[in-house]
Amino acid sequence: MNAEVATIKTAAETALAQAFSQARGRLPGDEAIAARREAAFDLFAKQGLPHRRIEEWKYTDLRALMRDAKPLAAPPDAAAKARAKAAGGLLGDVEVRRLVFVDGAIVAELSDLDNLEAGLTIGSLAQALSDDDPALAAHLGKLAPASDIAVALNTAFMGDGAVIHLAPGATIERPLHLLFTVSEKPAATFVRSLVVIERAARAMLIESHEGRAGTDYQTNAAIELFAGDGAHIDHVKIIGEGTDALHVSTLAAAIGAHARFNSFTFTVGGAVVRNQLFLRFDGEGTVAGIRGASLLKGGQHADTTLVADHIAHDCQSRELFKTVLDDEAHGVFQGRIIVRPHAQKTDAKMMTQALLLSERAESDNKPELEIFADDVQCGHGATAGALDDELKFYLMARGIPAAEAEALLIQAFVGEAIEGIEHAGLREALMESIANWLRERD
Amino acid sequence: MSLLEIKNLHVEIDGKEILKGLDLTVDAGQVHAIMGPNGSGKSTLAYVLAGKEDYRPTAGKVLFDGRDLFAMEPDERAAAGLFLAFQYPLEIPGVATMTFLRTALNAQRKKRGEAELSTPEFLKMVRDTAGTLGIDQEMLRRAVNVGFSGGEKKRNEILQMALLQPRLAVLDETDSGLDIDALKIVAEGVNRLRAPNRSFVVITHYQRLLNYIVPDVVHVLSQGRIVRTGGKGLALELEASGYAQYQEEVLA
Repeated sequence: MNAEVATIKTAAETALAQAFSQARGRLPGDEAIAARREAAFDLFAKQGLPHRRIEEWKYTDLRALMRDAKPLAAPPDAAAKARAKAAGGLLGDVEVRRLVFVDGAIVAELSDLDNLEAGLTIGSLAQALSDDDPALAAHLGKLAPASDIAVALNTAFMGDGAVIHLAPGATIERPLHLLFTVSEKPAATFVRSLVVIERAARAMLIESHEGRAGTDYQTNAAIELFAGDGAHIDHVKIIGEGTDALHVSTLAAAIGAHARFNSFTFTVGGAVVRNQLFLRFDGEGTVAGIRGASLLKGGQHADTTLVADHIAHDCQSRELFKTVLDDEAHGVFQGRIIVRPHAQKTDAKMMTQALLLSERAESDNKPELEIFADDVQCGHGATAGALDDELKFYLMARGIPAAEAEALLIQAFVGEAIEGIEHAGLREALMESIANWLRERD
Repeated sequence: MSLLEIKNLHVEIDGKEILKGLDLTVDAGQVHAIMGPNGSGKSTLAYVLAGKEDYRPTAGKVLFDGRDLFAMEPDERAAAGLFLAFQYPLEIPGVATMTFLRTALNAQRKKRGEAELSTPEFLKMVRDTAGTLGIDQEMLRRAVNVGFSGGEKKRNEILQMALLQPRLAVLDETDSGLDIDALKIVAEGVNRLRAPNRSFVVITHYQRLLNYIVPDVVHVLSQGRIVRTGGKGLALELEASGYAQYQEEVLA
């Protein structure tokens, strides 16, 4: 007789267990990696999908939102690769070095892997796992919180991803673009990337996630990013998934001293989106700008959960997240700034703002400060409201029609966050994407 | 035909009647001044003409160039040639002044079936007009009215008016908050636009502005009605005697 308490498993939980038992022998990596996969899956098996009684997932009840689990994506066929050539439109004509992933696997012939800048190495996670790469073992799982179920599932199932290393002092002008796209099959992908930017190196990393409208595929993507002292890193995540997609992604980063770190998340796609940012400021004197903009409509649900952990002293962080919600969309922002006992002189300010275009839209904002040092400047704010009728009237009184007046005000609202992006071409591409979203709204 | 014809206009805000049977006729090319004490309904008249929500006409009618003004949306009124210079111009963070000006101008031109201005044409027009109003390029690079002083905001209103070339401009206490130098610049900006086919309704509490923008007709608005109409001498008379007698007349 079994004395364990059996929790009732949802269809998705059962399907994930089946998928893991079928895939465990085929997934890349040696025994040590296999053991990590098992441990990660065990955590999931014990806890199940996160639900509303888990504080971190209070507003994104994945157990309810994830009705089923899709089979693991098969390697892309020729047709899928051919279609992937058309992907990446959200970036406009920004000049980038592309690493293209189709159905969770890197496609070398679509990627720019030649003539790498001095100091830059790029590999695939699947390859690194198969090769028992010691650098991989040293970094994998060091930053992504093991207790997070989304991360645990990623660790259990990770198939491929990018492994990027930039040598000390190296600067690469051309942004690295990790482009994740999927074919029309409703499948699940688990990609995991490792990015190591050494001391005083400089790079821009763009990850974009896209797929077909109408296909209910599932994406679980994670990046662990290590930034050395004096590094300058711009990270941009574009969540442009198809209308029916479920997207869970995690950026876990540790930033060294006197570094510059900027991150921007742009969310326009996906049916259910959970965007997780776990950022650790390990070294003193670092300046960080963590921003994001989400444009949501229909029944979209998008959650940004951010933890900015100030461990070292004299760091500055600015967090600004803007969400525009139309129809029945549901936006969630959970932001926590932690200031550890030694992180004196921390200067951290977090703001989250929601613009509700419909009375049926919902915005939940939960900013938190946990401060253990006594000489800091920290603050947070949250606002939610409709468009300002006075401003709209002023614009209309100058001859601007109602829809165009609203579009101007919405662009202005989101633009404040977009301005934080240093790359001018990318700013323009995102503003154009916003303009498209507004045109579709009319 | 008159450009603006207001007949027996009654207007409520939140159920409270502010305009109580106002009559006003403005012919093309004329400058009418409307003077009156605080609370007489001056700004209500300005807003109801421009089409602000919550300003509800309950009786009477307004014809603008023969068309029913209340059948038009605020942007349609603007495209038809109505301009309101706001007493308190709004700050619009995130909307660049040049984007705002260009969007407004082109929206109006489009509605009138005219071609959009080319970028060089537009830039030249803004630069030339801004120069005459003492608005420098740095101000034009900022978001609309953000960080502008009170006087700069008023000059920006006149800049918009000069670019949009309305047929009827309603200036709502454009003189408030201006020092004498700024007042002169604003008045010169208005006077440059005076033309046989363009009319002005200048709403003001004080006679001072009318030294610089000389009106053809002066009206006294009190308790929601025009209670006296005269020539430009009436403004001077009001300056000397104050508004008290008009408030009493209506009460009596």
